[in-house]
Amino acid sequence: MPDMSAHAAQHHAPPTGFVRKHIFSLDHKVIGEQYYGLALLAVLIGMVLSWIMRLHLAWPNAHIPGLELLSKNGAPGGLLTPEYYLQLMTMHGTIMVFFVLTTAPFAAFGNYFLPIQVGAEDMPFPHFNMMSFWVTFVSFSIAVAAFFVPDGPPLSGWTAYAPLSALGAIAGPGQGLGQVLWAVSIAIFCVGQLLGALNFITTTLDMRCKGMSLMRLPLTAWAWFITSCMGLTAFAVLLPACILLLLDHVAGTSFFIPGNLVVSDTLQPHAGGSTLLWQHLFWFFGHPEVYVAIVPGMGIVSHVLTTNMRRPMLSHRVLIYSMGALGFLSYMVYGHHMFVSGMNPFSSLAFSFPTLAITIPSTIIVLIWIGSLYGSKLRINSASLFALGFISLFVSGGVSGFFLAQPSIDIILHATYFVVGHFHLVMAVAAIFGIFAGTYFWFPKVTGRMMNETLGKIHFWFSFVGAYCIFMPFHYLGMAGNVRRYQAFVDDFMQPLIPVHKFITIAALVTGAAQILFLYNLIYSRFRGQVASENPWQATSLEWTVPSPPPFDNFGGKIPVVYHDPYQYGVEGASDDYVMQDSPQQIQSARDEQ
Amino acid sequence: MAKIFAVTVILIAIGSAIPILMHKWVPPVDISTHGPLIDEQMSETMAEAGISFLAAQFILGLFVWKYSNTPKGTKIRTFPGGATGLVTAAVLLVGLEAMALGVFGAKAWASVYFTPPRPDALKVQAQAGQFAFYFRYPGPDGRFGPIHPDLINEGTQNLFGLDPDHDPDSKDDIVTAELAVPINQEVHLLMHAKDVGHSFFVRELRIQQDFVPGLDVSVHFTATKTGRFEIVCTQLCGLGHYNMKAYLSVLSQPDYDSWLKQQATMQ
Repeated sequence: MPDMSAHAAQHHAPPTGFVRKHIFSLDHKVIGEQYYGLALLAVLIGMVLSWIMRLHLAWPNAHIPGLELLSKNGAPGGLLTPEYYLQLMTMHGTIMVFFVLTTAPFAAFGNYFLPIQVGAEDMPFPHFNMMSFWVTFVSFSIAVAAFFVPDGPPLSGWTAYAPLSALGAIAGPGQGLGQVLWAVSIAIFCVGQLLGALNFITTTLDMRCKGMSLMRLPLTAWAWFITSCMGLTAFAVLLPACILLLLDHVAGTSFFIPGNLVVSDTLQPHAGGSTLLWQHLFWFFGHPEVYVAIVPGMGIVSHVLTTNMRRPMLSHRVLIYSMGALGFLSYMVYGHHMFVSGMNPFSSLAFSFPTLAITIPSTIIVLIWIGSLYGSKLRINSASLFALGFISLFVSGGVSGFFLAQPSIDIILHATYFVVGHFHLVMAVAAIFGIFAGTYFWFPKVTGRMMNETLGKIHFWFSFVGAYCIFMPFHYLGMAGNVRRYQAFVDDFMQPLIPVHKFITIAALVTGAAQILFLYNLIYSRFRGQVASENPWQATSLEWTVPSPPPFDNFGGKIPVVYHDPYQYGVEGASDDYVMQDSPQQIQSARDEQ
Repeated sequence: MAKIFAVTVILIAIGSAIPILMHKWVPPVDISTHGPLIDEQMSETMAEAGISFLAAQFILGLFVWKYSNTPKGTKIRTFPGGATGLVTAAVLLVGLEAMALGVFGAKAWASVYFTPPRPDALKVQAQAGQFAFYFRYPGPDGRFGPIHPDLINEGTQNLFGLDPDHDPDSKDDIVTAELAVPINQEVHLLMHAKDVGHSFFVRELRIQQDFVPGLDVSVHFTATKTGRFEIVCTQLCGLGHYNMKAYLSVLSQPDYDSWLKQQATMQ
């Protein structure tokens, strides 16, 4: 166990000025809130972009008021051009995947709560931590700047497949400066994530307080730890990939551009590159990224549910090992994105088996959650509803993985709306439900005030039913052969499917609008919410032992000592039904992890 | 509230399953020799995924209904068999079945990719460029003339960059905007990307394959029904991606012969 007195002594002093306190803060809690704020801003932009796309798909001739202000050329008179549709689509994917799904569940909640949950005053490298956020902020600003350059953002999708992404302006609108800004932005983002991952890993391994063995870490801490290990390797691959892409643009190299390409009747001055190389590098990052988005949500759901079920999970260890297995396998499955890419068909088969095998840890996690509900004393509140919703959505999105894991079926489902439905449910909406569960659960700790439960529940119902109305029909469209990334459905084949698109668009508008309830609740409760006690949910882990909001050094200068695992609920003989993790009480259940 | 959640989850599960059971949105009728294997694989996967989906949602709903807001003093109970039972169930019921699907599905994949085309298969070259497909038939000599990228020019309609003055093999090559193939005859499609990545997808043919710039790949198939089918691009290739399509015509042998003859006269 590390000697806490040693690193307490080398800890930085409390901030004094406004800038150090609120802007360039070294405090992991402020950095966590900054990440959350950034994710909130990003999700609003991403959602508005999806609304514009959905409106255009359902009513391709509709003039969307105000859209011409965003781009006179891209949306003359408010009517989306084909290229601008793709440009908005690229930005939707980029903003959502990088700046929402990676930042909120991992960087925001993880920064705020990981040090407290392990019993530390801060992360070991506070300056790196501060840099991590500000680097991410710069990355976000550069990504958004692409909206305002002459040709607009790139149109090559968030996957930026080469050579479309590497050839420059000749390949299409936004493929010049827009694509360069994209590559710079993502490369910088990788740096931010690497700095964050280093801090998370070191915090988990070296900053634990006395008695906090690895098995006594809360499931959230484990989830963030596993996620940072994945992030460390995944972003370390995407970073050089983006640099190589950038060099193809600005230095005349040909990493991703083969010879003899003729674009607009012009032979391109490149030779020797490999387009599949980009796909391999991208998906080596891209698939672990899916788990970077979802594993923190799994930790949050486990943490929230355990508290609200008033019992520990059926097995703390099995959940940890399963999340670890997901992380490990996530590197071996990336080729399922490339079954029909022209990669060696034997490789496709080889990638399909680990992809099918990943259903095993996923199923174990779901069964442990559902099995733990059995015989529990479940409390229904906004946080637990979103956690239960997460399980339902994760299952729904997960089962479609059975199809996409098989190369033979992928022949007919690849690049269709089936894939769009699959990944939106399993990694996007489920992860966002994890964010909501975490927000409703930890809000009292962060702000010292409770969120409005009635509004929270209404928000849940709109979001839960809405998510299904939007994303389940995507699967049907895909099965019928509706191809994705089309700005309009001109093929005869797709005409009968347009009413389904209209239904989805209406559902998306209503569900999106319902998020105003959340935003209102968040802002209103921050200032006017009912004052929260130190431990409003009768929870047991260390964050609930400190005042709400926690002081600058988390524990008021007194480093805790841990005597129990983090989920001593349903303890017979306890004054209530639980024992705090730092309680020296010897009353404990038989399954207290050591 | 717990009961509303339970009912909602179960209704959503049933509602999601109904269109599948009614075959409301399904892939169009297959017209290939290898397609039945893929369709069968799809049905088997649907059965397993469907049962897993319904079972999980129903049990989730049931447990939330039953174990929420329980009276004070109720003792916590553990699921029969505990974690060990559930891990065993996950490995045996879901894991092994998934792996079995993978093993049996390999047959369908192998039928498309691991069987070499017959030596007498009809060779056609497909070229994808922003935002059109073009096709080339080798003509009576059975040989394709080489592509000269520097000669490719849409303005002069030299779509494949052919140089018939210097390459005798190019002289009788037939370039078309439509892919016509004879019924029940194996076709070996040689795929060449002119500029960026594209894809060749014919839903009815159960074929989807990317064009890889810098790497000529091929697929082979046999169409079993006559008709006209859309070929669409499924690899994002630029602003005209949504509109990049061509047609596949599956013709009787005599119709195909006369079509090819007619195309030859138009070169």
